[in-house]
Amino acid sequence: MTIYNPPLQDIRFVLDEIAELADLCTLESFSHVDSDTVDGALAESARLMVDKVAPTNGPGDVEGSVWHEDGTVTTPPGFIDAYQKYVEAGWGAVAFEPEYGGAGFPWVVGLALQEMLTTANMAFSLCPLLTQGAIDAISHHSDEIQREIYLPKMITGEWTGTMNLTEPQAGSDVGALRAKAEPNDDGSWSITGQKIFITWGEHDMADNIIHLVLARTPGAPPGTKGISCFIVPKYLVNDDGSLGEENDLRCVSIEHKLGIHASPTCVMAYGDNGGAKGFLIGEENMGMRYMFTMMNNARLSVGLEGLAIAERSYQQSAEYARERLQGRAVGAEPGESSPIIEHADVRRMLLTMKSHIEAMRGLLYLDAANLDRAKHGADDASRENAADLAALLTPISKAWSTDLGCELTGLGVQIFGGMGFVEETGVAQHLRDARIAPIYEGTNGIQAIDLVLRKLPMKGGAVVSGFLDHMGALEADLAAAGGDFVGLGKALNSSLGELRAATTWFLEKSSAPNEALAGATPYLRLFGNVIGGWVLAKLALAASAGEYDEAFAEEKLVCARYYADSVLPLSPGLHQVSTAGSSDLFALDASQF
Amino acid sequence: MNPETKTLKRDVKLILDESDSYGVEYALQLVESAGGGTVTLVSMAPNNETSGLRTALAMGAESAMLISDDALVGSDALSTAKVLAAAIGRNTPDLVMAATESSDGYTGTVPEQIAALLDLPSVTFAKEITMADGAMTVKRQTEAGYDVVECPLPAVVSVTAGVVEPRYPSFKGIMAAKNKPVEELDCAALGIEPTAVGWAGGGQEIVDIVEAPAREAGEKIEDEGDAHERIVGFLDELKVL
Ligand SMILES: Cc1cc2nc3c(=O)[nH]c(=O)nc-3n(C[C@H](O)[C@H](O)[C@H](O)COP(=O)(O)OP(=O)(O)OC[C@H]3O[C@@H](n4cnc5c(N)ncnc54)[C@H](O)[C@@H]3O)c2cc1C
Ligand SMILES: Cc1cc2nc3c(=O)[nH]c(=O)nc-3n(C[C@H](O)[C@H](O)[C@H](O)COP(=O)(O)OP(=O)(O)OC[C@H]3O[C@@H](n4cnc5c(N)ncnc54)[C@H](O)[C@@H]3O)c2cc1C
Repeated sequence: MTIYNPPLQDIRFVLDEIAELADLCTLESFSHVDSDTVDGALAESARLMVDKVAPTNGPGDVEGSVWHEDGTVTTPPGFIDAYQKYVEAGWGAVAFEPEYGGAGFPWVVGLALQEMLTTANMAFSLCPLLTQGAIDAISHHSDEIQREIYLPKMITGEWTGTMNLTEPQAGSDVGALRAKAEPNDDGSWSITGQKIFITWGEHDMADNIIHLVLARTPGAPPGTKGISCFIVPKYLVNDDGSLGEENDLRCVSIEHKLGIHASPTCVMAYGDNGGAKGFLIGEENMGMRYMFTMMNNARLSVGLEGLAIAERSYQQSAEYARERLQGRAVGAEPGESSPIIEHADVRRMLLTMKSHIEAMRGLLYLDAANLDRAKHGADDASRENAADLAALLTPISKAWSTDLGCELTGLGVQIFGGMGFVEETGVAQHLRDARIAPIYEGTNGIQAIDLVLRKLPMKGGAVVSGFLDHMGALEADLAAAGGDFVGLGKALNSSLGELRAATTWFLEKSSAPNEALAGATPYLRLFGNVIGGWVLAKLALAASAGEYDEAFAEEKLVCARYYADSVLPLSPGLHQVSTAGSSDLFALDASQF
Repeated sequence: MNPETKTLKRDVKLILDESDSYGVEYALQLVESAGGGTVTLVSMAPNNETSGLRTALAMGAESAMLISDDALVGSDALSTAKVLAAAIGRNTPDLVMAATESSDGYTGTVPEQIAALLDLPSVTFAKEITMADGAMTVKRQTEAGYDVVECPLPAVVSVTAGVVEPRYPSFKGIMAAKNKPVEELDCAALGIEPTAVGWAGGGQEIVDIVEAPAREAGEKIEDEGDAHERIVGFLDELKVL
């Protein structure tokens, strides 16, 4: 099994050139952040990931987490040690607010650390990821008392967190959930009900697990307007902060699944013995609103899984392609076997992986930097603009990247040939692990709907058109740079034209939703592809103009050219597909499928 | 290796040598179990390269001295020891800790030379160190197991690789390391004549460098019922039985 080689230079490059880290650090909230510390953090965290986390990935897949009759779950060998080291080093706390023990670094720096964690072991990374979601919800919506009880330990990672939305009848439609909360005399609530698919709902890596549970209070209105959010700790916390009584909740089983075997996906039973003690976050019936405030972060993090897992598969595939001898490449001596990396079709696959990985990193880091600016920007207007842009980018970050995660890890398997399909090389695991990401945290179908029905109409279409103009402005710089950059600019411009036309069509179709819904997924693909082209052209330009070495600049230029020649030309087709309408989709009766 | 100068190339990004990380970790542990004290790093490196020291500072060392000087180019082990000894001699440490050998040059002689220059006792191949009443007890790795030796302090001790698990610097440690002092010194500051070190001071000359011979193919013994006897014979020949 290959080790993971963190792409520190590429990460830093995108932090500098796309997230504009130096500019971000001029904001008052980030005045304590300097470039050397960011480098030091990336390098040291990378070392821990390589030494301790990445080696648990393969064995974690084979052994999986194991459920026992008493409701406990044992993680695979090495997980407890790796998690403890992660907590001791404090990597989970870097991007949280300083009040409760965070370091107050930009979210995008946290995202870079998270990328390496996720590439090292995606199943493992889900535990800090869900904790992060729970921290987000508590820090935004809990009162001071709750924040002081839970946040410090969750920010260090000593306690982990979960998100409990899903029930058998309530998946994409969270509003259909039925878990119940009844008020107790002491101000707490009594929670009963069953939740399914709860990631890291039970495990042996932390002293306590803080479950956030969505439930209905008596008389709550139906649907999403009647959902409240509760903190339901595995162990109740005493006034002095020590752990008290075990709560009335239990992991009744874990799922057997296609991938992320090490991540326990739990069926959780609350209140089998009268009621689990829960504590209301904020106000009753506001739970769904609260979920929305953390949704951008959570969806961005899942989008990151697409990038991370593709990176792992790519590194392994490139190494294999350099070593595997098969067939004679064009131009090789007769009788000689060539490394398969000398075959055009294998190069096509590798370059497809490489260029899309860089494009994804650009999109995701841009999204994260806008989340930072939305919170910490210098003035109201810049905060609002950044928040709008992040809102627009989030469904694309999530869906485009996770679809690509599946496609690119599929290419990884293909590059390995038969050895990719058998499990021993480990490259099949990446494909299996990648497959969950388009499903959870809002399916990619739901993301596309969010994009066309909610995000495009923001401010009467001004948000999306502003961003398209922003991307279009790069053409002038590319033209001015001359040489190959002129062609990159033209390709980008022509794809932007297709995206603009499609966008106008979608904005007009909001009165005929089925038309828009039918084409939402290919439209999101088109949008992601065009952003990718813009990212790669911008990076190639930056690498040529800046103080980067020649080989690095060449790599970036080749990726941008390849993408402009092989991905952007799909734009007219995707435009046509996304605006084809729904008539054929509904031409057949459901029974005819 | 640089074939022209016949010296090690150290023009890439320098990091904390893994073998040194054990010494740093052990020093930190000794200070922690003593309930007080400090760990000071001493390093000689080209171009005022501090990144390896930053890692060790982030692990928990208190401060560092870095000696960088163009006159040190081409230094052999003894020159290195002279420079380090001069720097160490500016303080009065209870214990000087080093790795057994560096993982690029591995002459494995610098710690002992430092001890001789400072006129201190030297203990090598330490796998376990306990300190009490101004002396230390060391378990020294040997081929057969270990020796237990006692040694008065101050002293120089070199630890073998893998005896402790070097900690990973925490994010807080990295933040704290930013403000820890790294004193940058040159030969003049240490009162060392530039002619006594580097190319000029080398009391030896490297006449040639050659590739290590490839490992020779082993002998395959097919078992025709007498394999055990032939293996015993083979080992006998090597005088290992
Ligand atoms: C491994 C794993 C971990 C998970 N972790 C968690 C967790 O920690 N916490 C938690 O609460 N949940 C978790 N989930 C649940 C996950 O979020 C849901 O599976 C997801 O929201 C989809 O819901 P569903 O499975 O009920 O699918 P469904 O909602 O039944 O969807 C089935 C298909 O129908 C489509 N569809 C549904 N509604 C619409 C619509 N209105 N318009 C168009 N298409 C639609 C979907 O896109 C999908 O393709 C996890 C799931 C898995 C498998
Ligand atoms: C489950 C399974 C069942 C199988 N069953 C049988 C069976 O019953 N009988 C049997 O004989 N074999 C069988 N095979 C073997 C199978 O046919 C080979 O795995 C397949 O032909 C690919 O060869 P390879 O694995 O050596 O991959 P490689 O040939 O090493 O290919 C690796 C990659 O390099 C590319 N590549 C290789 N050469 C070139 C070239 N000249 N130009 C461009 N690209 C190139 C490939 O397209 C691939 O992407 C089976 C394999 C599996 C996994």
